[in-house]
Amino acid sequence: MELSDQIAQYLVSGLSTGAIYALIGLGFAIIYNSTEIINFAQGELVMLGGMFALFFINFLHLPLPLAVLSAVASTTAAGVLFERLTIRPLKAATPLSLIIITIGGSILIRGIAMLVWGKDTHAIPAFSGTEPILIGTATILPQHLWIFALTLLAIAMNKLFFNYTITGKAMRACAVNKRAAGLVGIDVRKMVLYSFAISASLGSLAGIIVAPLTMTSYDVGIMLGLKGFCAAIIGGLSAGAGTVLGGLLLGVLESLGAGLISSGYKDAIAFIILLLILFIRPQGLFGKAETERV
Amino acid sequence: MKRFLAAACFTVLTVLSATICIAAPGTIKIGALFSVTGPPSFLGEPERNTAKMEVDEINAKGGINGKKIELIVYDTTGDATKAVQAANRLIKEDKVVAIIGPSTTGESMAVLPVAEKEQIPLISCAAGSKITDPVKKWVFKTAQNDGLAVAKIYEYLNKKKISKIAIITVSDGFGSSGREQLKVNAAKFGIQIVEDSTFGPKDTDMTAQLTKIRGSQAQAIICWGTNPGPAMIAKNVKQLGIKLPLFMSHGVSSKKFIELAGDAADGIILPSGRVIVSDVLPSSDKQKKSLIAFVKDYQKHYKTEGDHFGGHAWDAVMLLKNAIEKGGETPSQIRDQLEKTQNIAGIGGIFNFSPTDHAGLSKDAFVLVQIKDKDWALVK
Repeated sequence: MELSDQIAQYLVSGLSTGAIYALIGLGFAIIYNSTEIINFAQGELVMLGGMFALFFINFLHLPLPLAVLSAVASTTAAGVLFERLTIRPLKAATPLSLIIITIGGSILIRGIAMLVWGKDTHAIPAFSGTEPILIGTATILPQHLWIFALTLLAIAMNKLFFNYTITGKAMRACAVNKRAAGLVGIDVRKMVLYSFAISASLGSLAGIIVAPLTMTSYDVGIMLGLKGFCAAIIGGLSAGAGTVLGGLLLGVLESLGAGLISSGYKDAIAFIILLLILFIRPQGLFGKAETERV
Repeated sequence: MKRFLAAACFTVLTVLSATICIAAPGTIKIGALFSVTGPPSFLGEPERNTAKMEVDEINAKGGINGKKIELIVYDTTGDATKAVQAANRLIKEDKVVAIIGPSTTGESMAVLPVAEKEQIPLISCAAGSKITDPVKKWVFKTAQNDGLAVAKIYEYLNKKKISKIAIITVSDGFGSSGREQLKVNAAKFGIQIVEDSTFGPKDTDMTAQLTKIRGSQAQAIICWGTNPGPAMIAKNVKQLGIKLPLFMSHGVSSKKFIELAGDAADGIILPSGRVIVSDVLPSSDKQKKSLIAFVKDYQKHYKTEGDHFGGHAWDAVMLLKNAIEKGGETPSQIRDQLEKTQNIAGIGGIFNFSPTDHAGLSKDAFVLVQIKDKDWALVK
């Protein structure tokens, strides 16, 4: 096979993994912008999405669309509960202690998931079959199309929400200046709660649409979370195009690296990029020094 | 919720039984290190279950030479540091006469210097050839060497006149040991590895590696890993429309793999212990009796089928029992008796230890099976 055909496949594979990283990365960015904390439990929310979908599809035998919606709703509820129980009660906590709390929370969620769903890996049926689709010389699965479509939809909805609704605008105000937002009558704590709800639903969506491809288990959240975090950092923690591009770039570089250099360095590539960005362009690859964050 | 409660009770019970061990007079203390939780829990959990089940049975029948066995299990969570700590604790505080485990090659390599130094026999349940090669005085193992599995696949490739292969191995202890064996044995069978790639244990997409393989001269793909990676690879192979025959290692010879890979599992060939095909073995097979006994027993106790991972612990307990019966009291006597083990049919194969061989199995310990219609079929 020609090298160019191989590269086409690497690009397609990379973009589909990248779309997932982008969705997870957005979750990080949205919470960061309204609270200034990095929610390291984001990966666990992704895992919960997949696990709830498994529960609704395989045990309750709900039809697929209903199962997906129920899984998103359940995970969103879990995200809200997480905020209520761990972030809200702390009155004058520094961002650092909140970040540490989210790490603790992630371990707790993982532990509970292990007890409830067991330690095995579980498979979820694909949304619409597993017959590969040929695009030029590259092949993808119908599930990949679902990933692209739902990611695009989620990003578009996000954009609309933040630009054209009062609540979305209020959240953006919090991102710019929390104190000032509070002074003009925006309920900052409510906005923080919303940010957790939105992040949880984005994360769970990522977890659900990726589960038929990658399977799911109680500990998938760690790596997916870290990759999403990388995507957000590349995008300068912007809850918009930056993070999306960051995710896609990360996915493509990983895939090209694994194919052309060595598969052994696949994860290393992601973390080398992360370090380089933090050293050289801490404001993100696409950001100006002062950037609009939402 | 029921499952949660059961798990909670179980955890409490294990902790209790592990910490409160009252040494009754006339008991034989055996230690066990299994990764009951953590990533290799698919090994450690059935191993722990099996070891407990068998020890209970031995005790119910009056113990060994009138002495009851006391099994002390520590969970190593797949962590080599924890395994070493637990091994020291077993030897120094619990004063065990022998140790079964650990579950993984990495942990075993970390623990074996401890066993050598403290002079306590250790029967590892991991597959890595390097555990007993070169031979260490106090270390034995029950899991089939991965070198034997490699030889079984290569023999088949020779028969099919396939000489160029691609290998894709997981980047953990199991995978790198398999990779080494695949490379070392290739020349002996006249096989050339044209593509050598790896994947991470938590990777979720291997299309990049497989695309590279598709572009190479390979006539077959051999994948070496444990769930879920290989299931992912089976799916990716199907997605990319690769028509090359796909081989897997014995690391995936459980029903779980077929469940995870779904339709993509069809046609895959792998070497496996006889456990999964115990019911279709000819009755002349020497292992059939112990295999069926083990599978039924496990089913009765734990409501799921016994797999060959549990079998490694079954073999370890059985070999120890045999050694103690033959007059092993102190650790060094047990070691000497273990080394004299001859012709004992267990779950993994027929064991023959000698001063130059502490792995004890030949390549006949493996059979080649193919996945057909979501079940195993023997490859003739």
